[in-house]
Amino acid sequence: MAGKKKNELLHDHNNDGVDRRGFLKCMAWAGTGALCVMQGGVLKSFSLSQMSQMGSKASSPGELSFVQISDSHMGFNKPANPDVAGTLKAAVDKVNALATPPEFMLHTGDISHLSKPEEFDTVDQILKSARPKDIFYVPGEHDMLNDDGKQFLERYGKGSKGAGWYSFDKKGVHFIGLVNVLNLKAGGLGTLGDQQLEWMEDDLKHLKHSTPIVVFAHIPLWSVYPEWGWGTEDSAQALAYLKKFGSVTVLNGHIHQIMQKVEGNVTFHTAASTAFPQPQPGKGDSPGPMKVPAEQLRSVLGITDVNYVQGQQALAVVDSTLA
Amino acid sequence: MRRSVSCIALIAALGIVFMAIGTMRRSLIARAQSKPESTAVKIDNFSFGPATLTVPVGTTVTWTNRDDIPHTAVSTDGVFKSKVMDSDEQFSFTFSKAGTFPYFCSIHPKMTGKVVVQ
Repeated sequence: MAGKKKNELLHDHNNDGVDRRGFLKCMAWAGTGALCVMQGGVLKSFSLSQMSQMGSKASSPGELSFVQISDSHMGFNKPANPDVAGTLKAAVDKVNALATPPEFMLHTGDISHLSKPEEFDTVDQILKSARPKDIFYVPGEHDMLNDDGKQFLERYGKGSKGAGWYSFDKKGVHFIGLVNVLNLKAGGLGTLGDQQLEWMEDDLKHLKHSTPIVVFAHIPLWSVYPEWGWGTEDSAQALAYLKKFGSVTVLNGHIHQIMQKVEGNVTFHTAASTAFPQPQPGKGDSPGPMKVPAEQLRSVLGITDVNYVQGQQALAVVDSTLA
Repeated sequence: MRRSVSCIALIAALGIVFMAIGTMRRSLIARAQSKPESTAVKIDNFSFGPATLTVPVGTTVTWTNRDDIPHTAVSTDGVFKSKVMDSDEQFSFTFSKAGTFPYFCSIHPKMTGKVVVQ
């Protein structure tokens, strides 16, 4: 995609706050696997070749590496992708080929397409061959069909509260999995609900403000495109609870494309799907599966690799496509 | 004279009968033609079409999903709730009471529609 400039470094920008132009330029490289890191408000970027040098060192204590995959939609079989099992397998191969082996994976929902048991079974089977054995799930709306998420809870919700929210810690980073796909109201967006928000406030209460936080949920927690339901009605309350923390990374799925927004100390990021792409906001009739020429499909699907180095403010979030 | 009067009477009577039959046939045809194409809701492109469907009491409405993604039809007042419909699947509900019944897709809640039963 950005072939010629692959190995070019952006200038260090010593402005206060984020250099928007630099950030956008960085974002354009995201599809080629460029690494954009914010350090103390200064945007730096590293090329792929530099990254592979960085990544070839084994993870040292205080370094955390994990992968996010999303929207596998097992069971989908229409022209936009007649083989979602194949592309999920390709995503697992990509995960297994990462220079720094990730410790665990997050799946940000729409695991299945129709909440059918055999669809969940197939995903479980395919993910068994992923090197990271710990996988943390949050449901998408496609995982809650016909039974309000009962099956999802049975399979993936051990130790969770309510509709499946929970938190855990890894190497000093605090992870929070949220459910914003239940009890959706007519004409509405994603919703967290009072019970979950109260739990979240309590969960964060005793953490030091220097603790890096990662929040993951299916529907974006910021307003990407409300007309298509791409947002969460009551996320503002959740973000208010996160305001005091120095580093917050929000990882979402649902929109089947990579999008990123930085607001103060919060980096919002959505992952590509491993199944099919969807149009950019407003650039299509509807937010449904988008057909691309077969040979281009794998270049619009992908995984997200996240690295945290203790002492750095921000987590490094890198997207890579399946082809 | 009497014969021609009774002839005329007969013809007139026959005429009236034929007219009556004609009128009955026309009204039967008319009623047959006004019968429902309008009990169907087509789901496509993340929308219900027609968005507002007006039907008489006792009508069975059938939703058909022609989209390439699954949808549901769920009444906002708990009156009906379909299972998930994949492409080409259907859901039917018989409206036995008059009223206005707003509904939405529980998977994609921005999709809304309404059945008006009169």
